[in-house]
Amino acid sequence: MSALQTISSLIYLVSAVCYVLGVHLMRSPKTARKGNGLSAVGMFLAVITIIVTIIIEGKIDAIGWVVLLVGLALGILYGIVKARKVPMTDVPQLVSLFNAVGGGAAATIGIFDYLLKGDGASLSVAFSLPVFLDVVIGGITFSGSLIATGKLSGHVSGKPISFPGSRLLNIVVVIAILASAYLMMGLTTNVWYVTLALAMSLIFGLLMTLPIGGADMPVVVSLLNAFTGLAVAFAGFVINNQVLIIAGALVGAAGTILTLQMADAMNRSVANILAGGFGTGDSDSGAAAADVPVDVKETSADDIGLQLAYAHSVMIVPGYGLAAAQAQHEVAELAKVLTDQGISVNYAIHPVAGRMPGHMNVLLADVNVPYEQMKQLDDANPMFESTDVSLVIGANDVTNPLARESGNAISGMPILDVDKSKSVVVIKRSMSTGYAGVQNPLFAMDNTQMFFSDAKKGLQEIVAATKQYLE
Amino acid sequence: MSQELFTNLAIFVLSLLVGFEVMSKIPATLQTPMMSGANAIHGVVVVGAFVIAAEANSALFYVLAFLGAFFAAVNVAGGYTVTDRMLGMFDRKPAAKKGEAEQK
Repeated sequence: MSALQTISSLIYLVSAVCYVLGVHLMRSPKTARKGNGLSAVGMFLAVITIIVTIIIEGKIDAIGWVVLLVGLALGILYGIVKARKVPMTDVPQLVSLFNAVGGGAAATIGIFDYLLKGDGASLSVAFSLPVFLDVVIGGITFSGSLIATGKLSGHVSGKPISFPGSRLLNIVVVIAILASAYLMMGLTTNVWYVTLALAMSLIFGLLMTLPIGGADMPVVVSLLNAFTGLAVAFAGFVINNQVLIIAGALVGAAGTILTLQMADAMNRSVANILAGGFGTGDSDSGAAAADVPVDVKETSADDIGLQLAYAHSVMIVPGYGLAAAQAQHEVAELAKVLTDQGISVNYAIHPVAGRMPGHMNVLLADVNVPYEQMKQLDDANPMFESTDVSLVIGANDVTNPLARESGNAISGMPILDVDKSKSVVVIKRSMSTGYAGVQNPLFAMDNTQMFFSDAKKGLQEIVAATKQYLE
Repeated sequence: MSQELFTNLAIFVLSLLVGFEVMSKIPATLQTPMMSGANAIHGVVVVGAFVIAAEANSALFYVLAFLGAFFAAVNVAGGYTVTDRMLGMFDRKPAAKKGEAEQK
């Protein structure tokens, strides 16, 4: 090992330690930000090291510098502007976009090194296997994550998309990927082999993501995130760089565990989700109000305002509908109007409320909801019995008492015991079912009233009505 | 199997184990930021973008090096920025009230 290699390897090791400790610190809310900062320090060290390394080695030519620096500058600019400007409701699709480009970069490295060998060059399996895995996994995450971004942002329909013969096409594509593996493991390079591997993996990414409903996307994004980690690790094998291997494997493993936990919190299995599952989660957007299956009591903004003004304690239960309607400002305003009058207001936050686990906390924190008012499931449930009014906004399955019974799609899912409060007001666009496709008996209970409205518009009306009774 | 490949494979397997171990039960509140933080870490692929740029010697390779650098830079810069923004919202309790007053 040359002196340069020794020093750079040691610094890479330090940066790898930063990533591991960073992830470790991110497990607790108190130290999470520090953890991310530490991981960024590790990244900074790694980048400085590689800059110094390529300067000292001096292999890079002038065009190489221009290409590299322009690419980096544009990428940094684009990434930071996007990350700074994104509204908190759109974070999931942004993470997915960043994941797509990460996979794309990893695949690019594999393709580059394969092609650099020249056409017809002889190679070993020890080289071509990591290249193949890097290109295929990177390609799948690139196209898959772009579709996930599209689905989350509404550019691609959130409904599961399938077409006749899609299963057959899937099989054909998988066979083609295996064929490209066989070809690439052969003895000589050929530009078409790697092109076939890339093209088929891009198609596979599309086919894998399109049939999955919008509400399941968070789990898919997390899974693809783990995939990208692995692609990066294989890129590390290709260029023989250990920091890529360590960081990539770390993300691959940690991301897998995180994916399982997310799926668990949503009461879904990863296998089910990938099979295209049973629901779309966006079914709420349909105009399905016509098939009201049970007698429900409708109420008005005015009446809700009156109830809230005379309540002592109010529990707000925010759900996917609130996130989708971007009504977090309105809900915070309503809470402020009430707390100013000495009414106790809390938020009961289900682990999977919002668009992905933990997302609702971020949304509410963004509009300055005090941290003490955000009650997690276990803290919130004992409070419902002493709650005068529970205001359920765009949430459905997470309040469904059927989860306590067996034999249905949501059996066993932890729910918020909204039905135990004195009175329940549900703001929802229609009577359609949530993403599990199960009717919610809560809506037909004696102490429940329904207010059919978009979360944002409905809350604006309720705020106006409440103010009128409080003045 | 070459010594180099074996070393890399050992590092890979052990890092996987560290990844499984370090990620025990995560509170749901932190799952989204954690995903985003992990996403930023695989932005380390930017190191690879430097490595290939140093070897580029013809139009095709310059294009690939450019793509690699651009993609990786978006991943790493955007990933850390958005994760920090998200986590920043958890620890700004006293400052938040001030910010709100200024807005109004």
